[in-house]
Amino acid sequence: MLKLDARAEPSRAWTYGSPLLALLITVLIGALMFSALGKDPLKGLEMFFWLPVHNAYALGELLVKATPLLIIALGLAVCFRSNVWNIGAEGQYIIGAIFAGGIALLADVGTGRWIVLPILLAGVLGGMLWAGLTALLRDRFHANEILVSLMLVYVAVQVLSYLVGGPWKDPMGFNFPQSKTFEAVTRIPRLFEGSRVSIGALLALLSVAGLWVFLFRTRAGLALQVGGLAPAAARYAGFSSRKSLWTALLMSGGAAGLAGALEVAGPIGQLTPYVPAGYGFAAIIVAFVGRLHPLGMVFSSILMSMFYIGGELAQSRLGLTKSLTGVFQGLLLFSLLACDTLVNYRLKWQTRGGR
Amino acid sequence: MESYALLLGATLNAGTVLAIAALGLLINEKVGIVNLGAEGMMLCAAMAGFATVVVTGSDLMGFAAGMAVGALLAAIFGVLVIWLNTNQYATGLALTLFGAGFSAFVGTGFVQAKIPARASFAIPGLADIPWFGPALFRHHPLVYLTVLLALALIWFMYRTRHGLVLRSVGESPESAHALGYPVRLIRLLAVVLGGALCGLAGAYLSVIYTPLWVEGMVAGKGWIALALTTFATWRPARVLLGAYLFGGVTMLQFHLQGIGVDVPPQFLSMLPYVATILVLALISRKPQWIRVNMPTSLGKPFYPGA
Repeated sequence: MLKLDARAEPSRAWTYGSPLLALLITVLIGALMFSALGKDPLKGLEMFFWLPVHNAYALGELLVKATPLLIIALGLAVCFRSNVWNIGAEGQYIIGAIFAGGIALLADVGTGRWIVLPILLAGVLGGMLWAGLTALLRDRFHANEILVSLMLVYVAVQVLSYLVGGPWKDPMGFNFPQSKTFEAVTRIPRLFEGSRVSIGALLALLSVAGLWVFLFRTRAGLALQVGGLAPAAARYAGFSSRKSLWTALLMSGGAAGLAGALEVAGPIGQLTPYVPAGYGFAAIIVAFVGRLHPLGMVFSSILMSMFYIGGELAQSRLGLTKSLTGVFQGLLLFSLLACDTLVNYRLKWQTRGGR
Repeated sequence: MESYALLLGATLNAGTVLAIAALGLLINEKVGIVNLGAEGMMLCAAMAGFATVVVTGSDLMGFAAGMAVGALLAAIFGVLVIWLNTNQYATGLALTLFGAGFSAFVGTGFVQAKIPARASFAIPGLADIPWFGPALFRHHPLVYLTVLLALALIWFMYRTRHGLVLRSVGESPESAHALGYPVRLIRLLAVVLGGALCGLAGAYLSVIYTPLWVEGMVAGKGWIALALTTFATWRPARVLLGAYLFGGVTMLQFHLQGIGVDVPPQFLSMLPYVATILVLALISRKPQWIRVNMPTSLGKPFYPGA
């Protein structure tokens, strides 16, 4: 039978190879699914892997969706590296969007372009506040951060629903539960004419560099990762686990909040109950598939963005539902976890009764 | 007074969904495995159960389908976690994300579907007692079976040899292995059984409780069930009690709306989630208390000979 043989040290080749193998497996299962649904598998795969990159406009749209995913994932990587399981980025994203939207609603025709900065800062603050709640409950009461951060997602959804259905509802909106459309001055500046790519993409790339420096060139970044890998060693070295907890959660909350602000003052342009698009959950997959490494996550966020766009295309062109995206996302993470076994173990075929 | 009888009745009904799932997760955690995929298993099972009832018209077939789907997904999770040593949290999370997407995808055609009218489950005689009748004696058989399930679990875990082996696998897998028990197989069995119960809870939700299918309808109940095992410090009787308490919190929002409390409905909808956070913080306040009751190997992989 098949036996796992522990490697002396993790295989470098498989560290990089495993996400690729996982993608291959996902694509194969995807092709099988398309055939089972009576669709041409090649046509299906075209929706996911060719159309999203086939011209300049499509590439722009790819970046528009990859931006929030990457920003959230960068924050989550800090958490996961320090063994803090923040899975409520979706909630932090929503509260960030609410805070940013609150500022954007204050703007009127006479407001200057400077308003964009307070909008972004408010988003970061909102996300930090929401993640801070999780940190507080974990730090003071030892409450499990997985459950708390996730429960807070549901609370955030209700807060948003209350605001857009009550105090912030557009009086001219035909009674739809949504805020009025933000003034044009609040729009996050775009990079090029004819594409929706905004300075958010630049901020994301800056954050990639920032995270790299933080993780690999600062004492705080080291302390955080040692705490994640070997809590006892971290204590011995005098690194504070409480400080790491707060750092990790505030950083990831701030990142998710920033993503929320960029979305709500960017492509969306108003507060609606449809602000949460599952980016907070998809970003968990982005973080793992990108190996929690800043550069790796650039690639995985683009891949995940392809899944989003592919799902939308499959809906409009092949008559399938958009939820196909979720299926592929889940499959990818599953295959990745299975393939990751190869990083730490060698597969050995052992005959029964053999030595 | 009559409205309180209905509230109690609704509480038992809502608590049953949580209780079945949480008892299943309890079995999981007693052998040392946390399955964060509860929400995903419940979603897939709810969809499968509902679709089966739409097609066959039989509730029992629906329950069976839900349990089978739950067990199958749990088995995949179990093999990954127990044999391939993948991270339990990440794998469970993958299951939840996959389950949410997959159930939405496959269930699209069933969103508007109707199932046969639900039968009345009144117990002859008892159901007509004023107040107690509507509160206690007009429920689906599964509501009463859930109480039996909890009792059976208590008997099994604390009064039988097999139960002792089960608990020892969670407390000290190394010792159980040294004594010659197949630790990984026992863990897999417990995970599959837990998955089947989560599946049953999901099917009860879509076939009896609501009864309908919409995307994401489990709405965090799988996560609340996970929290319940901690609230109950891993004791079956307390799991049951906690489930009814949370069923009550869920129902309270409708009751408060019914008697005209002037609070925006969104704040009432938050109640179960906020209550979960508050109780979790209260229970976890003393870390020693959790540590004493928690299965020692919870969340830790075991690989014989490693």
